[in-house]
Amino acid sequence: MNMLNIWFIMKREFGGYFATPVAYVFIIIFLLLAGFSTFYVGNFFARGEADLYPFFSLHPWLYILLIPAISMRLWAEERKSGSIELLMTLPVSVFEAVLGKFFAAWAFTGLALILNFPLWITVNYLGNPDNGVIFTGFIGSFLMAGGFLAIGSCVSASTKNQVIAFVLSLIVSLIFVLAGYGIVLDFFSSWAPQPLVDAISSFSFLTHFDAISKGVIDLRDILYFAALITIWLFANALIVNARKAD
Amino acid sequence: MTLRVEIEDLAKHFGEIRAVDGVTFSVSKGEVLGFLGPNGAGKSTTMKMITGFLAPTRGTVRVCGYDVLTDPISVKANLGYLPEGAPAYADMTPDSFLKFIADIRGLSGADKKRAVASAAERARILNVMYQPIETLSKGYKRRVGLAQAILHNPPVLIMDEPTDGLDPNQKHEVRTLINEMAEDKAIIISTHILEEVNALCTRNVVIASGKVVFDGTPAELEQKSRYHNAVVLSVNEVDNTKLLQYVAELDFVAETELLMAGNGIRVFPKDSAYITIALSEKIREQGWEIASLYAESGRLDEVFRSITLPRTAGVK
Repeated sequence: MNMLNIWFIMKREFGGYFATPVAYVFIIIFLLLAGFSTFYVGNFFARGEADLYPFFSLHPWLYILLIPAISMRLWAEERKSGSIELLMTLPVSVFEAVLGKFFAAWAFTGLALILNFPLWITVNYLGNPDNGVIFTGFIGSFLMAGGFLAIGSCVSASTKNQVIAFVLSLIVSLIFVLAGYGIVLDFFSSWAPQPLVDAISSFSFLTHFDAISKGVIDLRDILYFAALITIWLFANALIVNARKAD
Repeated sequence: MTLRVEIEDLAKHFGEIRAVDGVTFSVSKGEVLGFLGPNGAGKSTTMKMITGFLAPTRGTVRVCGYDVLTDPISVKANLGYLPEGAPAYADMTPDSFLKFIADIRGLSGADKKRAVASAAERARILNVMYQPIETLSKGYKRRVGLAQAILHNPPVLIMDEPTDGLDPNQKHEVRTLINEMAEDKAIIISTHILEEVNALCTRNVVIASGKVVFDGTPAELEQKSRYHNAVVLSVNEVDNTKLLQYVAELDFVAETELLMAGNGIRVFPKDSAYITIALSEKIREQGWEIASLYAESGRLDEVFRSITLPRTAGVK
């Protein structure tokens, strides 16, 4: 594994987001939706509490919609334009390419997330929040975004069509979020044995994100996201290898 | 002669289809190998296997001594490759694109600067370095791809139809560039443009239906033509039919034909022998005045057809 290659590929890919208006449109939409959902859906003011829970709790839903828009181009575009033949005949390994692209998308999402800092200023201006909790909230949200991106990157490698990549990623992401949602778990718990319900719930982004966003850092939650990202990216590399020339 | 590319019994099957079926050849330093064949003969598939993009069904490829299966990264480091259609990152400029390639090729600092500048100059793209690649014309896009392939001065250069779709001037420039680099590299170019055989190549490999049907020099390829050493002849103030009758009787002549629009006759020698002088002597013996007389070197398009169309055992 050549770290420099990962860095060069990441740099190129990251720059690629800003070569077109896509990056700016995405960041603006993300900030608008995050702000809107915090104040209107999450009742930021009415709760009367100095924290960012309304902001973070809606991130899984925001990501379901927005992350596939970032990840859809990662491999589908390479395959469609044929540049994958160029990339894969340069002296880089598939894993270096997969990681470089993934880190670029992740860094871009991180940037969009950090640009929500006015909310943090607002809540500090209005009250005395626990900034440690807010910090872990950002970390948790960032980790979860990585999970969504790994899914999206893998799906993107399986098609040449960005629209298909978008829709499929959205559906897979939805499944991973819904697995921990009350209604879905209730549906299962009415007939399925408890261990199965727990297993389904433990696969969900919600289950693992909820604790982190409330400021509780459990090693198992971090390991969950790390394992999830690793597995999806590994599958991503296998798919690229198998289908690059199709 | 140092062997730079060695290909042995290379094959690629897609299900039942044998796209490449046991191809063997090698390329040395200083050679420009023209890889010919009709569309769908397996040229691109072979190149994709040499460059490590496609895994072969069987067979081996060695580039500068490295096996593409066991050490693909070393193979790729020693190769410059221009894929078919010269794909690039459309939203980048040639400048940023070439810098990215230089980074990946392990060049940095002054070396990187020099490599990018020299590749851009040789490919003649200096005037478009800061325009997005997607806005460039087909000819410039192809040249950006060429610049990318030669950037790290690789010992082996592989180009899939480098002049396809270019206008005659651009073709000439690309050929000049390839000729300039020929001396210290091993070059493989695929093409179905036959004029390139003489303009560029020191050797030709022709494949049809995934198999090698010819491996030799351009001159040897021409000799396979029935037009090789055929003589075109016209004589003043003598009727062409009369001329034809006389020539057909000569003992070194195999066949004759009348040319269109009364432009004389074509004489095919026995065993493709060189008969130009003998023929002119015979004509003078008759007291006829020769208007024109020349030997043909052979027609590549005809050879191409005859060796790639009939896939019979007799054709080798």
